[in-house]
Amino acid sequence: MSGFLAGLCVAVLPLLAAGFWLGRRTARPESLGGLGTPVEHATFQTLHTASLAAPPLRAGLTGETARRSARRLRTLLGTDALCLTDQKQVLAWEGVGDHHRAEIMERLAGPLETGRGEAFRLKCDAPDCPLRWAVVAPLTVDDRVHGALVACAPRESAVLVRAAGEVARWVSVQLELADLDQSRTRLIEAEIKALRAQISPHFIFNSLAVIASFVRTDPERARELLLEFADFTRYSFRRHGDFTTLADELHAIDHYLALVRARFGERLSVTLQIAPEVLPVALPFLCLQPLVENAVKHGLEGKAVNAAGKSRISITAQDAGAEALVVIEDDGAGMDPDLLRRILAGEVSPSGGIGLSNVDDRLRQVYGDDYGLVIETAVGAGMKITARLPKYQPGVHSASRRSEQ
Amino acid sequence: MNSSYAVPAVALVVVATVLVGAFGLRISRTTSDFYVASRTVGPRLNAAAISGEYLSAASFLGIAGLVLVQGPDMLWYPVGYTAGYLVLLLFVAAPLRRSGAYTLPDFAEARLASHGVRRLAGAFVVGVGWLYLLPQLQGAGLTLTVLTGAPDSLGGLIVAVVVVATVAAGGMRSITFVQAFQYWLKLTALLVPALFLILAWQSDGAPRHAFEEPAAFREQRVVRVDDTLDLKLDRPLTVTVNGTVDGRRHRAERLQLPTGTHHIGAGTRLTFAKGATVPVADRGTNGGMSTSLAASREERPLYATYGLILATFLGTMGLPHVVVRFYTSPHGVAARRTTVAVLGLIGAFYLLPPVYGALGRLYTPELTITGDADAAVLLLPDRMIGGVGGDLLGALVAGGAFAAFLSTASGLTMAVAGVLTQDVLPSRGVRHFRLGTVLAMVVPLVASVLVGGLPVADAVGLAFAVSASSFCPLLVLGIWWTRLTPPGAAAGMLVGGGSAFVAVAATMAGFPGTGPLHALLAWPALWSVPLGFLTMVLVSLATPGRVPTGTAAILARFHLPEELRAEVKA
Repeated sequence: MSGFLAGLCVAVLPLLAAGFWLGRRTARPESLGGLGTPVEHATFQTLHTASLAAPPLRAGLTGETARRSARRLRTLLGTDALCLTDQKQVLAWEGVGDHHRAEIMERLAGPLETGRGEAFRLKCDAPDCPLRWAVVAPLTVDDRVHGALVACAPRESAVLVRAAGEVARWVSVQLELADLDQSRTRLIEAEIKALRAQISPHFIFNSLAVIASFVRTDPERARELLLEFADFTRYSFRRHGDFTTLADELHAIDHYLALVRARFGERLSVTLQIAPEVLPVALPFLCLQPLVENAVKHGLEGKAVNAAGKSRISITAQDAGAEALVVIEDDGAGMDPDLLRRILAGEVSPSGGIGLSNVDDRLRQVYGDDYGLVIETAVGAGMKITARLPKYQPGVHSASRRSEQ
Repeated sequence: MNSSYAVPAVALVVVATVLVGAFGLRISRTTSDFYVASRTVGPRLNAAAISGEYLSAASFLGIAGLVLVQGPDMLWYPVGYTAGYLVLLLFVAAPLRRSGAYTLPDFAEARLASHGVRRLAGAFVVGVGWLYLLPQLQGAGLTLTVLTGAPDSLGGLIVAVVVVATVAAGGMRSITFVQAFQYWLKLTALLVPALFLILAWQSDGAPRHAFEEPAAFREQRVVRVDDTLDLKLDRPLTVTVNGTVDGRRHRAERLQLPTGTHHIGAGTRLTFAKGATVPVADRGTNGGMSTSLAASREERPLYATYGLILATFLGTMGLPHVVVRFYTSPHGVAARRTTVAVLGLIGAFYLLPPVYGALGRLYTPELTITGDADAAVLLLPDRMIGGVGGDLLGALVAGGAFAAFLSTASGLTMAVAGVLTQDVLPSRGVRHFRLGTVLAMVVPLVASVLVGGLPVADAVGLAFAVSASSFCPLLVLGIWWTRLTPPGAAAGMLVGGGSAFVAVAATMAGFPGTGPLHALLAWPALWSVPLGFLTMVLVSLATPGRVPTGTAAILARFHLPEELRAEVKA
């Protein structure tokens, strides 16, 4: 009996799921249908179809995106066939009359060159083919022709020409936005490249000076520090790959801290708690080291008055389900939250260093806006920076692992 | 069974689990120990953790019970549970790690770049996870009932509360150490008593013929029948009855029961003489983990065996809590080494349950009548050794059993909760993870209370079958076939996994009670796995235009060793 109950429960679950899905699918038009006059309804329908076609196009004009948006665009124009092309070939053909592909590409040479739309009669041997006329509207981004939208219909119609032109212009806007996305990505990439070359010169001078001070008194220590310095700079100047693993990043931080501790000695104490499970997590290159550098700077700033004052820094990395949680905490001078907010918003340039705002930008760029830095601070109260790193994110792969130690 | 030692042992395991989880990492390290602090999890530690998470109640108690009731045929279970890792090693381990995926939905997205397939994979992860959690909770209930006589659902409730509390509070900070600890605990809890039991068996004159049919009582034994049951007798049986047999009351009377089926009333005490053969209980479903679907197995033993082999061999790679553990390996080669170590560790562990099963057939044959065959592992030390020593060993076994429930349940809860928070619940954040944890545990808990009498070994087997028919095609084709498309993957998972799921539901509902159709539904893997593969291949071939762009690059990343990949890029 109870077995029967169990089976019933299991059997009902997929039914519920299917019902839920069906309900969601059918509910949408209903809610539209309840709105206003038929004209308004038609407007909403059109806007809805247009909004559905937009997301694929935001990724640029490729075979995949063209295929996914073409169906919506054809619904929008209401023609028998619609085709999207780039400069060289047909990317997607939606509707009937697939055999016109080659002919269309031949006839497109002109419009693609001039960037002006036109309508022409199609040559067709098939008696039952409804396509007799084709309306061409070019897709332009920044005055450059990227491709064309071709709508095919049984007869010539001024309305269709006009509508195709408007739709093509709308598609062009989406493509321009895609272009904008790309340039934003390129900008961030450029910033990272700049960041790599931007190890603070002070850090280099100070490190070399510390190493020099050990050369006579403790040559062995000097040699070790020099090697740490070499390792750290090698990592920072690494050329390939935008992503690294948490293990590699922590090692770079270790080299960095070795140099800093050589300089400040007992004044700096660092505690590490690293969960071994999260060490393979991939993350943007050099996105934790600036945070540690920041903590060292702030931590020592607060204690500068009292030379004997020690600064404590703790670095923890925890396993939290599908994310890794990295917390960097210092007990130093802290910062005015308002000033910090302005620095993060890019309104004020921080006093030296690329630091927080760059790391924050990159984390948001890679993982989405939910994954920005969380900073808890007040003047004189130290600073606690929390970064959440998803264990998996599409497109994030560490470029290489550290050579076997 | 004396509970005065067992209950503290169980409590100790629970407390130790919580403590190791909460404080394993609290030992702070200074930078001078950095290389210790940042050492990645080595293959051996990770393998112990995987094994600890994998060896569940079904392995710890169920296999011994199955061997006890149904004989050496059931050795296919441990073989299948182990060999699943061989398939995982050969086809999946390293490429899966190199894909960078943490969960199975992650893998689907990494390979096919499709949100739809990701969602579907997430739904199957939740389904398989729930199917697999159910027997853990019921096993815990059974164990506690045997130990203390507590109500059936209490053990499950305790496990659920402990797991949700530790997982949701973020207490499992050093989960790798916890799980590795659980493996060694489980191995010790079976190995030490087994050694003593074998010594006791030796001193008993080392009786053989454990699997000779039919099993016989080695000494006079009183059996109390708690639930009404039908005894099937192949030959006349002489037994002393105190209670109801065939509707007639007897008071300590010696009866000669003729061949045929006899109805034994609840609460009856049967006293078997030394050397009497053990009768076969004829019952549909019961609370045990082992005595299920026995009838259909007798009808089609060969088909059932193949179904079992296919499900366990191919289902292991799709178990959500196993897959996430591979992420901890630093690279593909380490993932492979880990799998080899897992094969060794699990292989060593699975040598032990059959020993208990064989000894149980010699010393506790009455369990086949009362249907508590899964309790054999728990009862044997007391029965064979007795005294304080037997109690202590019994307590050790009980602790090990609870370790099995806790580790598997927490691993599954983490995996299911992860998918629920990422793909189902609206927004992300720590609080949502807690909500996901509660949700992940509440559903199987309610189900286990509602359907108290579900055959549990089947729930595990069916979870394996669903996993084998949905995730195995996705993983194997995703890793080894360039022409897989998102619609193909979705259709394959839906048809293969969905049909296995329907078969599961039909079996649980007892839809066709007997016959070949029942065998087909009770062991779905044999037809649903090929169906899943076929659908995936055919639909993929039918939609050649939908092959994701960059498939070649993705597969290169899956298969190239990491060092080579760096050189290629540089």
